Amino acid sequence: MLKISDLCAGYGGAQVLHDLNLDVRPAEILCVMGRNGAGKTTLLRAIMGQLARQSGHIILDGTDIQTLPAHQVPRLGIGYVPQGRRLFGELTVAENMEIGLQTRGRGAVTRDRVLQLFPRLRDRLGQISQTLSGGEQQMLAIARALCLEPKILLLDEPSEGLQPSMIRLIGDTVRALRQTGVAIVLVEQRVAPVLAVADRVAFIERGTCAEICDATDLNTNAPQFQRYVGV
Amino acid sequence: MAFGPFLLLALMEGLVTAAVLALTALGLSLVFGVMRVVNVAHGAFFMLGAVGAWFVTEWVGNPPALGFALALVICPLAVGAIAALANGLVLKRLNYDPEATIVATIGLLYIFQQMALTLYGPDARPVPAPFSFRVQLPWFGYSGYKLAVIGAAAVVLAGVWLVLNRSKIGLVMRATQIDREMAQAFGINVDRVYAGVFAMGAGLAAVAAVLIVPIQQAHYLMGGDPLLLSFIVVIIGGLGSLRGTLVAALLIGLSDGVISVFFSPTLAKIIATLLVALVLVFRPQGLFGRQVTR
Repeated sequence: MLKISDLCAGYGGAQVLHDLNLDVRPAEILCVMGRNGAGKTTLLRAIMGQLARQSGHIILDGTDIQTLPAHQVPRLGIGYVPQGRRLFGELTVAENMEIGLQTRGRGAVTRDRVLQLFPRLRDRLGQISQTLSGGEQQMLAIARALCLEPKILLLDEPSEGLQPSMIRLIGDTVRALRQTGVAIVLVEQRVAPVLAVADRVAFIERGTCAEICDATDLNTNAPQFQRYVGV
Repeated sequence: MAFGPFLLLALMEGLVTAAVLALTALGLSLVFGVMRVVNVAHGAFFMLGAVGAWFVTEWVGNPPALGFALALVICPLAVGAIAALANGLVLKRLNYDPEATIVATIGLLYIFQQMALTLYGPDARPVPAPFSFRVQLPWFGYSGYKLAVIGAAAVVLAGVWLVLNRSKIGLVMRATQIDREMAQAFGINVDRVYAGVFAMGAGLAAVAAVLIVPIQQAHYLMGGDPLLLSFIVVIIGGLGSLRGTLVAALLIGLSDGVISVFFSPTLAKIIATLLVALVLVFRPQGLFGRQVTR
């Protein structure tokens, strides 16, 4: 579905990703783990076309999206929930969702389906998004991305700073999305949420994919977590 | 004339200034708010609108109202198209870098001025008002055209507010203003938004110029004062704030009218500039602007 081959990318003159290879299969949850600075966020940003192209290929269903302008990437069905949410803070909940809907979604049908996943947002449609609680903001960040009706959803540390009940809700949502055929790429630092949802885990080290494991082969004491994440 | 009617006259003159200033400054504020570009060429777009109005009214001839009405439609569109072209040829290639675009728009200002000097000449030329009647008040008569300018500016400002706050285009513009990168991550073609905003900002300056040119005459250097006053307004109101721009335009326009009538226009400009200095010292983000944290 999404195949990344020999990807080199970075910021300005600083190269962060070095010949990274990775593939994402349909309707799977692929967790990406690694130490701080390993290149996890850079990988997601490179997929979204937010970094200057260096070399390598990112092929989505036969199209090399590395050659496309950044605004065309989400139109092909890639949704992005960045680290720190980055909502359009001065817009209302409804307006944040509308941004996604007018690009790719199917209007009211998509909106209703997304709000069924996050019914709490339905009561807050007119509220300015930066006044929501942290958990609600994360719900909105995911809801906004789902308004694009993505084939692949990229989530960058969605559980960061959230209480356990909210982390469970996000886990449930991710599993529910997989049931509908959406592939998920989940960047996460903590072992428990990863093992709770992952089909496969990719370990990133110094900008390259060092190892990919089936989640069923891992447990909380697996040596990979110690080696690549330091936990 | 007694003090009361004299003050009323000064306030009415101030309202005319404020109305035109609000349109001009709103264009500047929009461009900065969405694109983070300090557009020094904004005064040149104002001038092009006025000079264009002279060409259109000369070409149409009689009746003056027809020429003026055509100018009010053609000039903002033409100036907007020129601005969109300048955006594509210059600003986009500089990747909208804040410092580089200041220098580039200074260059554009001189290019447009010299083009106007070459094609239009150095003379100030009058543009006939579309109608001339006086509204007779108990104390004095007042130009009906000036009152129409206030009304027309209010209608355009309301239209801009509606576009920004009640339309999909406005939503896209506001999202781009808040976070350019995330706007792209949601499929918004930021380059196209920037071109549209730059054209819209220039078009607003051109509307203001067409409205005021029957009162002021068209001249190739006439963009300087509106540019200075627009910067004063957006700094006081808060760069990128529509509400702040309107409030500051009213404040500066009315004070300009009153001080000019009672004392002198020069004193009005001195006080306005002093006000800017005070705002920059005590509230750098302007009256309604957001505090930028680093």
